[in-house]
Amino acid sequence: MSPRLPGSERTRLATAGAQAAVAESLRAQPRGDKARGTLFFAVLLLAVGIALLGLAAVIIQSAIKGAPSFGTHLITDGPSTIFPEKAGFRPAIIGTLYLIGGVILFVVPIGVGAAVYLEEYANSERWWNRVIDLNIQNLAAVPSIIYGILGLAFIVRGPLDLGFIALAGALTLSLLVLPTVIIAAREAIRAVPPSIREGSLALGATRWQTISRQILPASIPGIATGVILALSRAIGEAAPLLLVGAATFVTFDPQPLSGGYSAMPVQIFNYALRPQDEFKVVAAAGVILILIVLLAMNSFAIWLRNRYEQRW
Amino acid sequence: MLEKVADQARRTAGAATGRTVGPEIDVSGVAEGVTHGHAIKGAGTVFDLDGLTVSYAGKPAVKDVSMGIHEKEITALIGPSGCGKSTLIRCLNRMNDLIPSASVEGRCLYHGHNLYGPDVDPVEVRKRIGMVFQKPNPFPKSIFDNVAFGPRVLGLPDVKERVERALRSAALWDEVKDRLDENAYGMSGGQQQRLCIARCIAVDPDVILMDEPCSALDPISTGRIEDLMLELKQQYSIVIVTHNMQQAARVSNRTAFLIVELDAEEESRWGQLVEYDETDKIFTNPSDSRTEDYVTGKVG
Repeated sequence: MSPRLPGSERTRLATAGAQAAVAESLRAQPRGDKARGTLFFAVLLLAVGIALLGLAAVIIQSAIKGAPSFGTHLITDGPSTIFPEKAGFRPAIIGTLYLIGGVILFVVPIGVGAAVYLEEYANSERWWNRVIDLNIQNLAAVPSIIYGILGLAFIVRGPLDLGFIALAGALTLSLLVLPTVIIAAREAIRAVPPSIREGSLALGATRWQTISRQILPASIPGIATGVILALSRAIGEAAPLLLVGAATFVTFDPQPLSGGYSAMPVQIFNYALRPQDEFKVVAAAGVILILIVLLAMNSFAIWLRNRYEQRW
Repeated sequence: MLEKVADQARRTAGAATGRTVGPEIDVSGVAEGVTHGHAIKGAGTVFDLDGLTVSYAGKPAVKDVSMGIHEKEITALIGPSGCGKSTLIRCLNRMNDLIPSASVEGRCLYHGHNLYGPDVDPVEVRKRIGMVFQKPNPFPKSIFDNVAFGPRVLGLPDVKERVERALRSAALWDEVKDRLDENAYGMSGGQQQRLCIARCIAVDPDVILMDEPCSALDPISTGRIEDLMLELKQQYSIVIVTHNMQQAARVSNRTAFLIVELDAEEESRWGQLVEYDETDKIFTNPSDSRTEDYVTGKVG
């Protein structure tokens, strides 16, 4: 810096130089880093894309294939081996409704009761409670066909000896989704903060009063969401129902406690197996039907959770 | 049995509602020599602690506390963090029972009866000794249902009147009387804490325990709750844990000062009662130098 420049001029030049250096340093970025960042982002997008693509492929292919068969007769007419144009899903739909009803009836009291016991009464330090804990997680992962064999051996035949009726199918499906409901209910109960329990007990409420009047009401949205999601899994299971006697060809409206029955996934399976191409069209229509029901149920569960979720 | 004791105490001290500290003060509950410092004669004691030690999983958290808590007074527990004030106050209504690893030795007498006796039901204890917690914890229900919860589960009559009375006593009625059906979570922090106090009062307890009730609140709400405490002590005995020395000086009649003791190898620490006396004396002329160091701010 020339010593002949006045002081203020020197200051101004120094400031300008400093500013330029800072601007330059802010702008500069190692190019390798930036490229890696962009590549990573692209890989993430690819992962999401593949997942969505798979789902879209199923929906679009079924919709296209099943389009010729769309019509109210799908719901109102029974199945037919001879006339694919008249083939419908009516007994299967009624059978599925009975199964849903039965599953709700069994799974809600047993699942919520087990969850309340495990969360509120069981001492988690005891080894047997930890074994129960671990095994419920395991049961949720057991393949559904195993539950079918269980149902065949103990519910249809064996000790309960109910025969091939819709009730037996409902019990089998209940066993299948019970671990999921227990886990979801436990999460909902655990989400209620200890301060609520303490506040209730400090007023002189008993443990049972605290559970029934504070904790369960507060965890109902979470439990309901869990039950609906478990139900939507149960609706789509064909494997256990095949073993438990959801006969693939039922032309009459099934009864819950007697006679043969059918269910949506099983009926779709039956239609898909037929050699004639026209029946495959009906099967595809059934797939769309069941997807609509599942989408509606899951959307309802999500809406329920968002609407009633308690923000602690 | 506990009910008879509490009823007797209540009857001797005045009517069920509109209690005042009258000339007939029950002195039958004073136990000799249980207070540190000079023995206080006059008002009866609600609690008599004798060598009380609380341990978690075998490790003592507070050791050998002996003091008497007097009726219709505000007793403050002060001291640095970790000295066991919260542990001590939770003994008084058996809230420590909720912690499986907690164990209590020594005696804790409530109107002369051992709170930890074999035939004492903790649920009955908590009906008479209520608690307000540090962080306001209203239930996820309406304001009315929050205050009504206690009377309903205890089967008390005239729920609506009780709710109104409790909200008035908690200086909250005017603010919420038009919105009793609204969710309690819509209230401010100070209002929620007053709601918790109303909830506690609605079951007509004998004692109200407060574990740092104002530490989560702003100064204005704190001031209102302190005013509330001074009104409430005419009807209830109050024990308050506070981190704020000035608050103890403002509201309490008697103050207990606890400290953290370390053992020789510094492997474990526990709380110890240093001095317990009338508040004026603790803050102006304490007997123990450790108390003086704490209240003058020489140690934190």
